Parts: sequence; structure tokens; C-alpha cells
Amino acid sequence: MEQRVAEPIATPEVQPTVWRTQSATILFVVMVVGLIVAPFFTYPLFLMQAMCFALFACAFNLLIGYVGLLSFGHALYFGWASYLSAYSAKAWGFTPELAILTGTATGAVLGLLAGSLAIRRQGIYFAMITLALAQMMFFFALQAKFTGGEDGIQAVPRGHLFGLIDLSKEMNMYIVVLVIFLAGFLFIYRIIHSPFGEVLKAIRENETRAISLGYKTDRYKLVAFVLSATLAGAAGGTKAIVLQLASLTDVNWPMSGEVVLMTLVGGLGTIFGPVLGSFIILVMQYKLAAVGEWVLVIQGVIFVACVLLFRRGIVGELANKLKIRL
Amino acid sequence: MKKTLGLAALAAVLACSTAYAQQVNVKIGVLSDMSSLYADIGGPGSVAAAKLAVADFQKTNPNVKVELISGDHQNKPDVGSQVANQWFDVDKVDVIVDVPNSGVALAVSEIARAKNKLFIVSGAAASTLTGAKCNPNTVHWTYDTWMLANGTGKAMVKTGGDTWFFLTADYAFGHALEADTTGVVEKNGGKVVGKVRVPLNTNDFSSFLLQAQSSKAKVIGLANAGGDTINSIKQSAEFGIVKGGQKLAGLLVFSSDVNALGLPTAQGLSLTETWYWDMNDANRAWTKRWNAERNAAGKYPTMIHAGVYSGILHYLKARAALGAGEFDGKAVTDKMKSMPTDDVLFGKGTIRPDGRKIHPAYLFEVKAPSESKHPGDFYTLKATIPADEAFRPLKEGGCPMVSG
Repeated sequence: MEQRVAEPIATPEVQPTVWRTQSATILFVVMVVGLIVAPFFTYPLFLMQAMCFALFACAFNLLIGYVGLLSFGHALYFGWASYLSAYSAKAWGFTPELAILTGTATGAVLGLLAGSLAIRRQGIYFAMITLALAQMMFFFALQAKFTGGEDGIQAVPRGHLFGLIDLSKEMNMYIVVLVIFLAGFLFIYRIIHSPFGEVLKAIRENETRAISLGYKTDRYKLVAFVLSATLAGAAGGTKAIVLQLASLTDVNWPMSGEVVLMTLVGGLGTIFGPVLGSFIILVMQYKLAAVGEWVLVIQGVIFVACVLLFRRGIVGELANKLKIRL
Repeated sequence: MKKTLGLAALAAVLACSTAYAQQVNVKIGVLSDMSSLYADIGGPGSVAAAKLAVADFQKTNPNVKVELISGDHQNKPDVGSQVANQWFDVDKVDVIVDVPNSGVALAVSEIARAKNKLFIVSGAAASTLTGAKCNPNTVHWTYDTWMLANGTGKAMVKTGGDTWFFLTADYAFGHALEADTTGVVEKNGGKVVGKVRVPLNTNDFSSFLLQAQSSKAKVIGLANAGGDTINSIKQSAEFGIVKGGQKLAGLLVFSSDVNALGLPTAQGLSLTETWYWDMNDANRAWTKRWNAERNAAGKYPTMIHAGVYSGILHYLKARAALGAGEFDGKAVTDKMKSMPTDDVLFGKGTIRPDGRKIHPAYLFEVKAPSESKHPGDFYTLKATIPADEAFRPLKEGGCPMVSG
């Protein structure tokens, strides 16, 4: 995949009507209300998992959509965070908030290590280095004792938040996940719209020019990489507590591919795109569970259709049609 | 007059419906791998087996209404766990059956315990399901890793294969299988002369097979699974290992694998199973019905399919014995354990307190193409391991429910 994919959404002359300038805020409110009402209509566990994946996809999008770096090894941070989070909750008796923080820190540390190596190269080499490191750590997870190999870590206790709130009650857990997801989402929104985010976008557009303007682009890229890995870690850690298990699926390379698909379907470089994309992909996985092997075929067809028909993704195309920024 | 007749009819209907309030409603979920590497050993074949079990049971118990649903866990523990949760909570499923893939099975077992439902394992091999991770809501039906290692190891040594060389897949599962089998071989007076650790998903086994060949061990144990097993068996045939006088022992091979490999490649392979379709008339008759239900020519049921049938049948018997009322997973499991099992496929058997179903196991050797008389005629029976020796002794499993 070339950097061309990460084309910015052209924002032509915008008529300054309220709903155009405030479109992102409006959509955000709609999303929050939707997520608050949803558990009364849909199975909450499914929504919680979808939010974890949405946060994961948003974190991935921060890197590819706004810095133009295609990491093909994001499962590394997601999966290892879920292992460490699950292990700390089960073996060391950490409370859920500490376990999730452990997972987040795992993502950050691994992101720093992998990122400082990977950002030295560009394009396909960058992607290959991230993939190679992720595969290395996959085999480590397969062999290590504490990960339980292909059995994974099961029966992770959800515990009590701050020692007080019982998370085994579905609604309590739901609120915690919702808060984590929204916090992560707003954090990413803040990053993108900060001066730091502007520099990232400048690097995406033309790295040489950013260097000539005096920016140390490697540092910016590394910080963005670590931020993305950290948020992916938060998503993985939360998922381990929600589903009460951590398994090889989360560190294996198809997971790295799945997050690319989620982001692409929703809309690369749009803030809402990855959220929509991950919900679509997850709904497909569960609703189509009965049709067996066709899940993968349908996923493939959607991927091809996306690339051929709407390269900006669903949210990206929508934003372009309505000439707004989402 | 008409009115009274109508009323009488209504009363009669009402009376009938109160009589039928005793009707027991059961919902069974078959959770399996429908599309990927375990689809042949479980998958759609398990659904067909479940349908046969329900049909057979309803012949004698028409008052038990059974609904059957199935799903694909895609070999992902989180998908399996999501489906299991939803089945138990939303779809009112009482029991989940099959679940090949130990990772998914351990997750489902935990959910069944937490929600006080029931889980009948046929497809997964992990012996921890009735060992350290046992629980009062899980019954492990067909086979497990300990039984495979024990069956093959013991029977091979007793029939003369007393020196072993292991080809071991280099991860936890392979190591466990190798360690278990080594223990059995040495306990029965055999000797392990060497072993080699092979990376997972290897395509080229030649250097490992050469080591195995030059070790002069009488038996080469394949402590691997899935694609690795298939590849190592194929390449052993190319190296003429069996023709050279050494024996190949598959520690996790199913009749569907033998069917896929073909007899020319698989001949001479030793393996342990608890059920084989061509063993007696009852099995053959059942296979005919299974084939009609499964609607796939050239396929033969595996022991996992037989286990699904047998497990569901026993569950339904227990359920009917308990009568209508709120579903209580623990009570149903206790009932299942207290009743002796009896069906056409596995014969008489029992379920131990740790959830382990007990029945005999058989050591088979794959026939040469010239010995095979009809399609699906795969095996020669080499030894029968009696029920009381086939599975891990109750005390050695480390199941907290048993040791108290």
C-alpha cells in the first residue's frame, strides 16, 4: 500500500452553516447517545467487544490516517496488552483498572521498542519491519509458559473497579468500557487537532518539506507510533477483562490485517471511520457465523469493493459528498 | 347445543394442554469449527450426529421437545466465548456440545460454569478439562491427550515397539504430548532413544525424518497435530520409513485424516481412537444414517461425531429423568454422572466425578491398500485398552472437585 491511500479528504469551500461547522460535534453526540441506548436493544457483551475493537482501529488510524505510516503488526500491542492485562488480573490479583493500565503500559513499551526500529525505514520496509517484529512476538507468545500457548489464559476475574464496583454485573462493565472508549476517542481527536497533529499531517503530506521546515520528523513519528501502540494496548487490556480471556488470536497476524480492513471500510483518516468500520466487521463476523467459510469470502469481497468503489471508506465518502469534515 | 359442544371442545383442549405442561423443552447448541482445519473431524458432521441423537431420543420420548442450533467459532476463543455467552443468555440454550480446539473449549467450559449451564466436550483434546481446570458443569466425552498418549504408547511397547524417537511440534501442546507419551513408554519398559523439536507449520521435514531414520528406533512418535501431522506422514511415506521397518505412531490422528491422506500414504501408521465406524454392525448401520443426514459422499464419521451423538443422547435421558422445571446445570450434570451410559455406539460406560466419560480405547494400524476390501476400510485392530485403563486415573488429574 502506498502513501497515496492516505490521501487527505479534500475540504472544499464550506458554507458556514451551523450543521456543517459543527458536524463532528453533532455526530459525536449521536454516537454517544447511540452507545448509551444500545445495550437495551443489543447484547451488551457484543457492544463492549465492538468498542474495544473500535478503539483499536482508531489507534491504528492515528498512525496510518494522520501520519501515513502503515503498521502491519498492530496485533503485537493489542495482543500482548491483553495477555499482560489478563495475567496480572488472574495471577497477581490486580484490580481491573490496574490490569488495564498494565496492558496499556505494555503497549507503550512494546511500541517504543518496535517503533524506534521501524520508523527508520519507510513505505513497504516500514510495514515489513512491524510485521516481522509482531511475528517474533507471536512465536514468543506461542512458546512462553505464562500465556498458556494455544490454550490461552482463561477465567480472568473481572473483579471490582477500585475495589468497590462489581464488574461481573454486565451494565457496570459496559459503563467502564464506554468511558474508556470515549476517553480514548477524545484523546485521539485532541491529538489530531493539536499543533502536534498538524505537524503529523504535514509529515504525511510531504516529509521532506517538513524536514526542511526544521521539524525532526523521526521524533514526531516515534511519538505518534508510541501513542498509537499505547491506545491499542488500552483496547487489548480492556478486551481481556471484558471477555475474561486472552488468546493467540489477538497476537496473530490476521488480527493485524483485520484492523486494516476495519479502518479501510470505515474511512482512512476520518475520526469516525474506524468506529463504524469495526462495528461493521464485527457484526459480519457474528451474524454470518452460521454460514461458515463464507465469512472470509464476504470480507474479501467487501475489501475489494471498498478499494475499487469507495476508496475513502464509508465515512470518508459521506464526508466528501456533504463537503464536511468527519 | 352447538355452544355447549364448543365449550366442551375448549375444555378438552385446555385439559390436554395442562396434561402437556409436563412437556420438557430442551435447546442444544452445537458449537464447532465449520469452515477451517477441524471442520472434517467435527463441524457439519457433528450437527448431523446431533440430529440423529435427537431423532432417536424422540422416538421413545415424544414429550421432550428438542431444538437444535449450530454455530461456527472460527477457531477464535473470543468468537467462541461471544457465541456461547449469547446462546446461554439470549437464545436460552441449556447445553453446548462439541467444540474442537482446546483454547475455545476451555473458554466455553468456564462460561458454562459461571452461568450454571452444561458443556459436553467431544471435539477438544485437552486433558486439563477434567484435570486442573475441571468444573461441575463440564463433561468430557470422547477422548483426551492423556488417553491418546497412554493408548498408543502402552500398546505399541507391548506389541514390540520398545524404542522410540519423537518428532515434536515445538510448542506447549507438542511438548505435553511428548512428555506424556515418554512417561508411558518408559513405565512399560520401553526406551526413548532420541527426539527432535520441529518448528510449528514446517513444510520440509526431510532433515528431521533423516534423524529419525538413522536413530534406528522401532517407533517414530509424531507429537504434532493438524497440518504438521499430515505433512510429516506424507514425507515419511516418501522416505520409505514404514517400508524400512520402522513404525509410525500418530499421537493425534483421526480417521478423516487417514481418509484424506489415502491408504498408500498412511499405511502402517499406528493410532488410537475410541470409536471406528467399521468395527461392528451397529456402527456401520449408524454410519449409513449419518451419511444420509450429512449428505456428503466419501466421508466417514470420526469418533468425535460418535461422541456428539452419544453425549447428547445421554444428556436427553438425564433431562427426561429430571422432568420439567428450571434448568440447573449442576443438577443435570450430577444426574448424568449418576446414571450409567448406554448407547449403540460406545456401549455401556460411566461418567466419573471429574466429568470424564469412561469407555475402552483401541489401537489401530492403517491397512495397506491391498488389504483394504471396501471404501473406508482403513484399520486393523491391534489392541484393545479396557475402559479402566484407557483414561487417566481419577487421582492423578489434579481436579479440585475430586481431591476436595
